[in-house]
Amino acid sequence: MNSKTLWHIALWGLIILISLPLLRILSAWFEPSSEIWLHLSETLLWSMITNTLWLLLGVGIGVTLLGVSLAWFVTMCEFPGRKILEWMLFLPFAIPAYVLGFVYLGLFDFPGPVQSFLRELFGWNGLDIRDGKLGIMLVMTLVLYPYVYMLARNAFYSQNNTLVESARLLGMSGFGVFWRISVPMARPAIAAGVMLALMETLADFGTVAIFNYSTLTSGIFSVWQDFRSLQAAAQLSTLLLGIAVLLIFIERWSRGRARYDSNKRMTLRPYKLKGHQAWLITGFVGSVVLLAFVLPVAQLLFWALITIDIEWDTRYLDWISNSFVLAVGAAILTVGLAVIVNSVRQQTHLSWPLKTGIRFANLGYALPGSVLAVGIMLLIIDIGELVSPGQGIWLSSGIFALLLAYMVRFLAVAYGPVESSFDSITPSMTEAARSLGANTSRLVSHVYLPMLKPGLVVAGFMVAVDVMKELPATYLLRPYGWDTLAIRVYELSSEGLYERAALPSLMLLGLGLLGLYMVHRINKRYKIRAK
Amino acid sequence: MKKIISAMLVASSLLIIGCSQDQQTDQAQVDAGKVVVYSARAEHLIKPLFDEFTNQTGIKVQFQTGNANALVERLKAEGRNTPADMLITNDVGNLWYAADQGLFQPMNSDLIKRNIPPHLQDPQQLWTGLSVRARTLVYHQDRVSAEQVIGYEDLADPKWQGRLCLRTSGSVYNKSLVASLIEHLGEEQTQQILAGWVNNLAAKPQSKDSHVMEAILAGQCDIGLVNTYYFGRLQAENPDTPLRLGWANQSTTGTHINVSGAGLLKHAKNSDNALKLIEWLSEKPAQQIFGALNREYPANSNVTPNPQVESWGTFKQDQTNLKRLGELQQTATILINRANYE
Repeated sequence: MNSKTLWHIALWGLIILISLPLLRILSAWFEPSSEIWLHLSETLLWSMITNTLWLLLGVGIGVTLLGVSLAWFVTMCEFPGRKILEWMLFLPFAIPAYVLGFVYLGLFDFPGPVQSFLRELFGWNGLDIRDGKLGIMLVMTLVLYPYVYMLARNAFYSQNNTLVESARLLGMSGFGVFWRISVPMARPAIAAGVMLALMETLADFGTVAIFNYSTLTSGIFSVWQDFRSLQAAAQLSTLLLGIAVLLIFIERWSRGRARYDSNKRMTLRPYKLKGHQAWLITGFVGSVVLLAFVLPVAQLLFWALITIDIEWDTRYLDWISNSFVLAVGAAILTVGLAVIVNSVRQQTHLSWPLKTGIRFANLGYALPGSVLAVGIMLLIIDIGELVSPGQGIWLSSGIFALLLAYMVRFLAVAYGPVESSFDSITPSMTEAARSLGANTSRLVSHVYLPMLKPGLVVAGFMVAVDVMKELPATYLLRPYGWDTLAIRVYELSSEGLYERAALPSLMLLGLGLLGLYMVHRINKRYKIRAK
Repeated sequence: MKKIISAMLVASSLLIIGCSQDQQTDQAQVDAGKVVVYSARAEHLIKPLFDEFTNQTGIKVQFQTGNANALVERLKAEGRNTPADMLITNDVGNLWYAADQGLFQPMNSDLIKRNIPPHLQDPQQLWTGLSVRARTLVYHQDRVSAEQVIGYEDLADPKWQGRLCLRTSGSVYNKSLVASLIEHLGEEQTQQILAGWVNNLAAKPQSKDSHVMEAILAGQCDIGLVNTYYFGRLQAENPDTPLRLGWANQSTTGTHINVSGAGLLKHAKNSDNALKLIEWLSEKPAQQIFGALNREYPANSNVTPNPQVESWGTFKQDQTNLKRLGELQQTATILINRANYE
């Protein structure tokens, strides 16, 4: 057997490991639950589906507009406050979506301070921001735009600047460069970011619950809870998977043949803007930061200050370190997995079943976390029983189950950025290095690593932050003594104790900041060495 | 490239094996003086009780909180190998379901039988309620007079049109309430009541009881349904609140109650200790902690509630055995969905 075959076999093994929980869920179709389906189709099913599609559409448009425009402004324009705003735009990502959900609702809904003030001042009738679809679309856009922003920003920074420079010399306007050059070149990255945001939207349970907006995911949970039918819940989940597959097709199609073939860091002069224009951009970017970050964090800080006396506990030190260890461990494993898959993909030609398998393994991100967590638990318990009958429980109560769950769930998060990093290494580069006499280790250390590292670091950061925020799998599968900050946030807020939930939420944010700082340091160091 | 990949593979598999091995040795040691609990009751509402139990008896309580459905699913899958000895939930629906799935064993405890009234425990003592959560009316005293506050059925009356706020039907507390209506009035009448509620709603159902009260305070609606401890929390923060509790169905079936409760697992390894813990939770000192922690009502009728809770007056409880509410929960969901109560 040659090494290519061996690698493909290894790849199949990994894909099957990641896909088994999904298959375990799909196997629910072998067990009938037609009565529940009949009831659902008579009552909730259609509104659940249309609600979900509307939300996807709204959030998709919202995160694309916001994420891409913000990324372009911070990479291509010079405006007051750019440096600090550029980093602050990342931060909403580190707060669980439902936390921002309840903060917004608390501030802006009918009983909240904003509307109460307006009512008193103008005798305004007020409105229920939970009605209709716009409120939740806006909130989820503000929560999820960082996915697009992060990836698009990276792409804009590494775009081929000779193209941009020539276009400028030929007199193309700023908007022209943006629309005709930057966006088309960044399309794969933008599409990957939007895709992540939409998969997150599909799987979201907490935020839609706060708005009482019924989607497929909330429906799945209710089928499970109310009809006690994991089968019907799993069957309903396949509808979600169907939507996710459709989205992937759209993404592939929208990427077209686009692929970027340069990874030079930007050395372009940013656009010098006239004073009022520059301030206009500062105003726009600043108001996004204000809405998505400053305002909710101010509220959380206020709450944390008034509750810290009852809420602080030395166990917080454990929770912080647990969150951190799980996040870093899962990030290393997940990014490692994505790197393995992509390097095999890069080096050899993959058969179509293998390609499909890789796509399938990426679907875990779109499933509601609770269903996925149960799927993994059932699987691990089965395996444990198979491996050591009667004693298999150690497998499911160990940390292995949880790490597997994270890999299944977040492979998609790591996969996108890692894949586009690999795509930026062209065969000609490898050939050039080889023809200049570079051996494999030199190729890896001097070509691959510098080209891959920014993407890998970003991927690792995104997975780590997602893992810190993750709830259902952690809640169900954590070994004894592995409580995390996210669990604390959830337990308090599910009892309506939002004020007390502020402290652990801020700690999550603190860990996210730490991660961001590390990303910054690593990528900066890399930049210097690459010169 | 390959070297890096192989190194990564080795490192990750070592990590996995290393971690699982740790766990293996942990699990192998069977500690005589402990009890393992799966709890759907949040940590901050249960840990103080366990700490006190350990203080008094020396028995260590190793507990894992989680979502009730997921914990039951976990117990089902773990079967006879489960490390857990008992399950605690926040509502009767999940206790009933766990019993229905054969996860519990009868406790045969005279002490529990004495301490907890019969309607709050399973007829075969597969589980028992430990604290009582009453779900009743809350209203704004300036906009609603006490005589107008009657009960659940009355909320369907057109006089409340545009004045009612309800929490989402997704809440188990509402499902149990609807189940109790089915038990007393039958499906047809319950369906009409639900239609009346939906018709009277002033706003899309709120996601939390606390939001229902905020909406009433802000003038979005005048009356709603909450579990009393949410009101207690609000009152503690703002003693001058214009909201009032009204006891529902006092001249008829009594106010609907739910319980937070526990059951002894069939495959418990430390069943003596687990039984000891459940019995201890039904006794006076623990019952008082339940009240103090979350302003719930004691399930033990010989224990007086905490002073703030007592100040809301006494009320007639619905005496239906809670087991019935578990059995009817699915029917309740069907009626709720048909009424389009979100």
